Amino acid sequence: MNAPAYNFAYLDEQTKRMIRRAILKAIAIPGYQVPFASREMPMPYGWGTGGVQVTAAILGPQDVLKVIDQGSDDTTNAISIRKFFAKTAGVATTTSTEEATVIQTRHRIPEASLHANQVLVYQVPIPEPLRFLEPRETETRRMHALAEYGLMHVKLYEDIARFGHIATAYAYPVKVNARYVMDPSPTPKFDNPKMDNCPALQLFGAGREKRIYAIPPHTKVVSLDFEDHPFEPYRFNAPCALCGAENSYLDEIVTDDKGSRMFVCSDTDYCEGRQAAGHHGALSAAPYKDKAQGKAREKANG
Amino acid sequence: MADFDTLEADRPLLIADGLSKSYGRIAACRDVSFSLYPGEVLAIVGESGSGKSTLLQLLSGQLAASGGQVSYRMRDGVTRDLAALGEAERRLLFRTDWGFVHQDPAQGLRMAVSAGANVGERLMAVGWNHYGRIRESASDWLTRVEIDVARIDDAPRTYSGGMRQRLQIARNLVTGPRLVFMDEPTGGLDVSVQARLLDLLRNLVAELHLAVVIVTHDLAVARLLSHRVMVMKGGRVIETGLTDQVLDDPREPYTQLLVSSILPP
Repeated sequence: MNAPAYNFAYLDEQTKRMIRRAILKAIAIPGYQVPFASREMPMPYGWGTGGVQVTAAILGPQDVLKVIDQGSDDTTNAISIRKFFAKTAGVATTTSTEEATVIQTRHRIPEASLHANQVLVYQVPIPEPLRFLEPRETETRRMHALAEYGLMHVKLYEDIARFGHIATAYAYPVKVNARYVMDPSPTPKFDNPKMDNCPALQLFGAGREKRIYAIPPHTKVVSLDFEDHPFEPYRFNAPCALCGAENSYLDEIVTDDKGSRMFVCSDTDYCEGRQAAGHHGALSAAPYKDKAQGKAREKANG
Repeated sequence: MADFDTLEADRPLLIADGLSKSYGRIAACRDVSFSLYPGEVLAIVGESGSGKSTLLQLLSGQLAASGGQVSYRMRDGVTRDLAALGEAERRLLFRTDWGFVHQDPAQGLRMAVSAGANVGERLMAVGWNHYGRIRESASDWLTRVEIDVARIDDAPRTYSGGMRQRLQIARNLVTGPRLVFMDEPTGGLDVSVQARLLDLLRNLVAELHLAVVIVTHDLAVARLLSHRVMVMKGGRVIETGLTDQVLDDPREPYTQLLVSSILPP
């Protein structure tokens, strides 16, 4: 009865080996989408089945796992996946970007710069950057094979023609290692520059579409653009309301029905770290050091 | 320079040699040979099922021939067998030096993206990376095919049939091709629109010194546009010659029938 109900990290060893082979191939050909035999996972498609399989395949007993969803460590998806691996692999989990060795992410790259001993695993819904312009899979594969990427610029052209600037704000196409055009998953384009020459390994898993791709450490990643409309990362023009950060990616939070809103760092670990270091923004509760929120709640309850 | 031009014009651009295509026992196209010279317009006429469209697909390298070969004189002056070209080269040829005008514009256009992007796509595919210049070139071409530049940002699905066909032509001509294939370009258009389109095509072909292979069942189109005519029946070329000669003085019984089938207005 005490035998573990699951193999280490949920997937059986044969499956993990298959996924690792796909990952190795993906690393060997940066930006190329490697098909793999994606398994059903105990979560719905769209919740990170691809990312979870990649994480399961690379996770070792010594790893420290961090999971973020839109930059946040404490959303349902992030907590569920973190618990899932804590339970099935027994690995240590953390919310600290610095301490983690494997970071599974949905829609963000952490603000803190990554280092060489880390792997960033992205959850990818639609891996094919050309999909919405060319619906045929046979054709998009051929276009990748022959490096015919004119169509990608058609999308950017359309943006400028309609909005006067490149309005694609997320899933902004990049060219990896001067060869393959890749969809960086729906990360905001604010994060695109972080992919370039990143010391950490970046792996992308798309469960429903059954594709894995990768950016090896220190690989050139260039965001596509036009000479007269260069790539520009987008950020709300405000400091974080809690930590005052001027250079982090912000979430817009509507605070009432009269149009008030606050902007806070989407990366919760980064924001908390800054607050702990004494930074504060216009709306942070005082005193910052006391963890006022937790105590106030205890009092109210007790 | 003049000498050079004459030399260039003296050498055929496209050579078909003994082209055949069979689907099992059915021979769609049998032993077709001809040479097409720069600036020449060749019409392929015949009834449905005569093998015109198959021939066009063979010539444009979209279909592998069962027998014979097609050679094309590339921009560097070397005549090469199309079947021996790599796929990358063939596709490059297709979006730079060639054009293909489909009967149904929806096949040749991207209906969901704007007219400007439709025209600019080929430019972007060959590495143009300056929005302003791409747009300038697109507006220039829209003007040339008589589409109001104010509609540059509208998607072709908001266009009328005639406009779509003109847009398709602009999209094909923007990279300055030397050879354009046309498959019934005026099919499905009403007569006044047809007349305008033919007029436009005739001007563009003369102005740009295009070589054209045009497939049509409409002898009026052949007469208006083409220098030479090939009449096909049952997969064979049964008669070929100068347009006026073939249409005014048809030799083969089938051609005579074809010519006499035109209803007087």
